[in-house]
Amino acid sequence: MTPEITAKPQHRSLGLSDEDVLNMYGFMVLARVLDERMWQLQRAGKARFVVSASGHEGAQVAMAWPLDKERDWFVPYYRSVAACLVKGMTPTEILLAVLAKATDPSSGGRQMPGHYGSPGLRILSGSSTVGTQYPHAVGIAYAAKLRRTPEVVVVSIGEGGTSEGDWHEALNFAGVLRVPCVFCVENNRYAISVPVRKQMAVDSVAARAAGYGMPGVRVDGCEVLEAYRVMKEACDRARRGEGPTLVEFRVERLTPHSSEDQQERYRPPGDLEASRQRDPLVRFGRYLRSVGLLDDARDRALWEKARREVDEATEAAERAPDPDPATLLRHVYQDSGPDRSTDPVYWISRE
Amino acid sequence: MPELRYLDALNRAHHEEMARDERVVVLGEDVGAKGGVFGVTAGLLDRFGEERVIDTPLAESAIVGCAIGMAVNGLRPIAEIQFADFLHPAFDQIVSEAARMRYRSNGAFGCPLVIRVPYGGAHGTALYHSQCVEAFYAHVPGLKVVAPSTPYDAKGMLKAAVRDPDPVLFLEHKRLYRTVRGEVPEEDYEVPIGPAVVRRPGRHLSVFTYGWMLHETLRAAEMVRPEGIEVEVVELRTLRPLDKVTVLRSVAKTNKALVVYEDNRFCGYGAEIAALIAEEAFEDLDGPVMRLGGPDVPAVPFARSLEEAWMPDADRIAQAIRRLARY
Amino acid sequence: MPVEVKLPQLGETVYEATVGRWLKRPGDRVERFEPLVELVTEKVNVEMPAPFGGRLVEILVPEGQTVPAGTPIALMEAAEPVTEPAPAEGRSAEERSLRLSPFVARLAREHGISLEDLERVPGTGAGGRITKHDLLRHLEQHRTPTSLETAPGKGEREDRLMPLDPVRRTIAERLSRSVREIPHAYALVEADVTDLVRYYERSREEFERRYEVRLTYTAFFLRAAVEGLRAYPVVNAQWTEEGILLRGRIHIGVAVSTEGGLRVPVIRDADEKSLVGIARDLDRLVRRAREGQLSLEEVQGGTFTLTNPGVFGSIWSMPIIYHPQAAILVTDAITKRPVVRGEGIAIRSILHLGLAFDHRVFDGEVAVRFLNRVKECLEAVEPVTR
Repeated sequence: MTPEITAKPQHRSLGLSDEDVLNMYGFMVLARVLDERMWQLQRAGKARFVVSASGHEGAQVAMAWPLDKERDWFVPYYRSVAACLVKGMTPTEILLAVLAKATDPSSGGRQMPGHYGSPGLRILSGSSTVGTQYPHAVGIAYAAKLRRTPEVVVVSIGEGGTSEGDWHEALNFAGVLRVPCVFCVENNRYAISVPVRKQMAVDSVAARAAGYGMPGVRVDGCEVLEAYRVMKEACDRARRGEGPTLVEFRVERLTPHSSEDQQERYRPPGDLEASRQRDPLVRFGRYLRSVGLLDDARDRALWEKARREVDEATEAAERAPDPDPATLLRHVYQDSGPDRSTDPVYWISRE
Repeated sequence: MPELRYLDALNRAHHEEMARDERVVVLGEDVGAKGGVFGVTAGLLDRFGEERVIDTPLAESAIVGCAIGMAVNGLRPIAEIQFADFLHPAFDQIVSEAARMRYRSNGAFGCPLVIRVPYGGAHGTALYHSQCVEAFYAHVPGLKVVAPSTPYDAKGMLKAAVRDPDPVLFLEHKRLYRTVRGEVPEEDYEVPIGPAVVRRPGRHLSVFTYGWMLHETLRAAEMVRPEGIEVEVVELRTLRPLDKVTVLRSVAKTNKALVVYEDNRFCGYGAEIAALIAEEAFEDLDGPVMRLGGPDVPAVPFARSLEEAWMPDADRIAQAIRRLARY
Repeated sequence: MPVEVKLPQLGETVYEATVGRWLKRPGDRVERFEPLVELVTEKVNVEMPAPFGGRLVEILVPEGQTVPAGTPIALMEAAEPVTEPAPAEGRSAEERSLRLSPFVARLAREHGISLEDLERVPGTGAGGRITKHDLLRHLEQHRTPTSLETAPGKGEREDRLMPLDPVRRTIAERLSRSVREIPHAYALVEADVTDLVRYYERSREEFERRYEVRLTYTAFFLRAAVEGLRAYPVVNAQWTEEGILLRGRIHIGVAVSTEGGLRVPVIRDADEKSLVGIARDLDRLVRRAREGQLSLEEVQGGTFTLTNPGVFGSIWSMPIIYHPQAAILVTDAITKRPVVRGEGIAIRSILHLGLAFDHRVFDGEVAVRFLNRVKECLEAVEPVTR
C-alpha cells in the first residue's frame, strides 16, 4: 500500500533528491545510534569519557551536506559527530577514538573522544580550548582565497564558545579579510549548566554578525531542510567570493554535556521534556512519512542497519591495539623519529 | 660582502623568502604600509601586494590563530607580534594549538609557522616594551625557540625558520636592530636551528649566553683578559632545541660555568642550562655553576637611573666572571 | 731575608750531583714546587722543584759544576714565611680542611692520588682550595718514579722498600690471579717472515707518509692475530663455571712498556679494521700510554692480548695470560738465521710466535693450529697488508 502523501515535497525545491533526504535521515539515525553506543561503552567501563550530541543531528547533517568531502574544510568542535560522519568519517574511526586505540585516525589515542581530525577529509584536528578553532578557520579560508581555489570552510561551536575572545577576534578578522568561511553556532541553550541568558545579553548569537560586517542568520536546527537551505546559501555565497556568514542553529541537547555531567540537576522541570519534543529525528521522520518516503517498515530497517553498522564498528574498534608506550615521544617535532627511547626516565635530562 | 644592520638582514631574509616561495605570507599589525614599527618588513607590501602582506586588526590571539590556519592549509606564514610583551594574549594559541598540532593529531597535521617578536630592554622601552619571554615558551615541547644575535645569523636563521616544518618563535632583541652590524652574504644560505657556537675560545671559564647579552659578555671577556682570565663565550642561538653537546664540551674544557641572561633570574631560561651542567657535567666542575640574570622585579622601569640599575651589562658580567675565576 | 736552597740527596747512594740547566734566572718569580734546576747524577736526571715559593735571588752553583748533597746551590726570597717541616709527632698549624671540587676529586681518583697525598698539594684557590691547576701542576712534578729509576745501586747492602703505586699494585694482583686460576700451557711455532721484512722495509716510508701514522711490525702481528681469531673463535674466549664464553667481538690488548710501568690498551673491534686502522689505533694508544693519558675505557674490555717483547730483543718468552682471557700471543724478536730451504741453506728472517693459553678452554692442537694460521698470514704477507 502506498503510504499517504500528505505534504508537497519541499526537498526537491532545494535541489535534494529523494535519495538525498533518505541518506540525510540515515546519517542522523546512524549518529544517534552511535551516540547511544558511546554512552553504553562509557557506562560499561570500556570508554573513559564520552561527549554526546543527541539532538544536534539535524543541524550537523545540514551544515556538512553542502561540503565536498575532500576539497572543503570542516573545523569541528567536540560535539560534531554527525557532521564528521557526513564529511566522511566512519563509525569505526569514531569508536577507535572513543576507546583510545593506536589506529584512531584522529589522534592515535592521544586525545579524548570528540577531538576529530583527518587530513584526507580536511577535518582539522581540534583541541579542548573552546574558541581557538575559529581563528584557525579564518586562516584556512584565507589560504584558499589567496590560492583562488573554490573551497569553503565551515566551522562550528556551541553558544557558550561565543563568549571567548578568540570567537570575536576571528569574526572581526573574517569580516575585514572577507574570507570564504561559514561560521556555525549550535545553540542548545546550555554551556554545561550555564543557561544562555547568563551567557549573553542578547537574544540571538546571529545578531552579533552585524558587528563584524557579515550577514547573520538564525534557523531552527531541528528542521533539517530549513537548516540545509540556510547552509547551502551561506556556502554558495562564500564560494562566490561574497565573504563569510554567521549561522546560528537552535538545537536541543537531549543528553548531558558529557559523561561527567548530570543535567537533571540544573535543567528546570519540564525543560528536558520540551527538548525531547523537538527531537530532529522524530521531526524529520515525520516529514519523510508525509512525502511518502518513509514508513514503519522502512524506518525499522534503517535503524536496524544503523545498529548493525555500529555493532560491527564496535567490534572492530575493540579488537584494535592500544597505543604502544614506545610511541610516547613521537611527533613532537616533525623530525623526532620513532624509537627515541623506551626508557621512561629518558626525558628527564635529555632532549 | 655587504655589511648590514641586524634589522636589514632580517628584511633581506623576508624579501628573499617571499620571492623564493609564493606560499610565504606576512601578517601582523603595521607590517604592510608602515613596514613594521621597527622597519623589519619594509618594502614587502609594495613588492608582494596586499594579499601576501596583511595589516591585521589589533588582536594577537587571532593573528597567531589565523596564522595557524594558514599554515595548516599550505601557506608558510610569518606572524609578527609587535612586542614580546604583547605575546601573552596569544599564549593559548601558541602553546595549546600551534605547539601541539602535530602531537595531538599523531603526526597527521603539522604547523609550519614563524612568530617573530622584538623583545628585551632597550633605552626607555619601560615595563611593557622590554620583557624577555623565552622562559615561558622554551618550556613548551613542540615549539622551537631561537634568538640570534648577529646579522649573519638573523638572516640565516629566519630562512631556516620559514622552511622549518614546525612552529618557530623567533626572538629579536630590539637593541640589536640598529646597533649591530655584520657581514651578510647576498646569496641564499641557512643557519640551522639547533647548533650553538663558540664565539670566543678560552681556558679558564665558560660563559653561556644569548641575545643582547652576547655582546655585553664579549665586552666583559675583553675587560678581564688583561687580568689573565681567559673566558670562553658560547652563544646558544637556539634555545629550544638546546645544543647540549657544545655546552657540555665547553664545561669539560674549562671546568667552570657561568650563565648570563637578561631575563629575571628566578626560573629564567638560564636555570635550565645551569641544571643541565650540574647534572651531566658534575665531575667536570671545578667551581659552582653560577647564573647572572636580571633582577627579580616585574620589568624594566622607565626612568634612566632605574633602567641602568636594572640592566645586566659588561661591568656586572665581568664582576661575575672574576668571582668565579677566583674560586 | 734570602733563604738557602740546598742540593737534595737524590738517592740512597747518591752523594753528589752536577748542576745541569738552571730553569730560572735571578729575579724570576718561582712558585712553590715549580721546577728550579736540572740536576744530573750517574743514575738519574731530575728537575728539582723549588721547596718554597718566592723569588730567585742568586745562583750559587753554576751549570756544569758538581757538588755534594747538602751544598747550597741558590738563594731565594721566600714569598711567605717558610714553614720548617714539623717534628715527627704533631701536625703543624691548623688542619687545612680538604675542599675538593668534583673535577679535582675525579682527577685525583683517576691518578690514584690518596687523600693523604692530596693534603700535601698546595692550594691557590679561594680559601686555600686545591684547584684544577694546582692538582695538574702537582701531577706534573710528582710523577711516581719507576722501578728503573729507583733501583738500588751497585754496592747495595741493606734492604730497601720500594712503595707500590696503584698501577703496579693492580698489575700485580691481576698477574697473580692469572697464575693462580689459569692452568697455563704453551705452544710455539717459527715463522719465516723474510718476505714481510722485505715488504715492510720497502713500503714503510710511503705508508707512513700517506696515512700519517707510524707503521710497526706490531700492526702486522695484530692483523695476523685477527685472522687467527676469526679462524679459531675459541681462542677469543674465556673460562666460566657455566661454560666457555665465546666473545662476540674481538678487542685486542697490546702490552706497552711505559715509564709508569706496563700498560695494556685495547684496540676495539680489531676485526673490523684494516691494517691502516689498526696502525692508527696502535699509534694513538701507545702514545697515550707513554704520556700517561690512557683512560679506564681504553684499557678495559680486551678479549685477547698481544705482547711483543721482541722489541727488547727477547727470542723466547713465557708470558702470563691477562685474566680473564683465554690466551696471549707473544712475538719475540725477528732474527736472521741460517735455515734449511730445499736442499740448501739460506739466511732468512725468523720470528718466534708463541701462545700461552688456558688449557681448560682449548688444548695444544687448537693452539698450534691457531699459531699456524697466524704464521700463514705473516708468511704470505698479502693478508696482513689489507
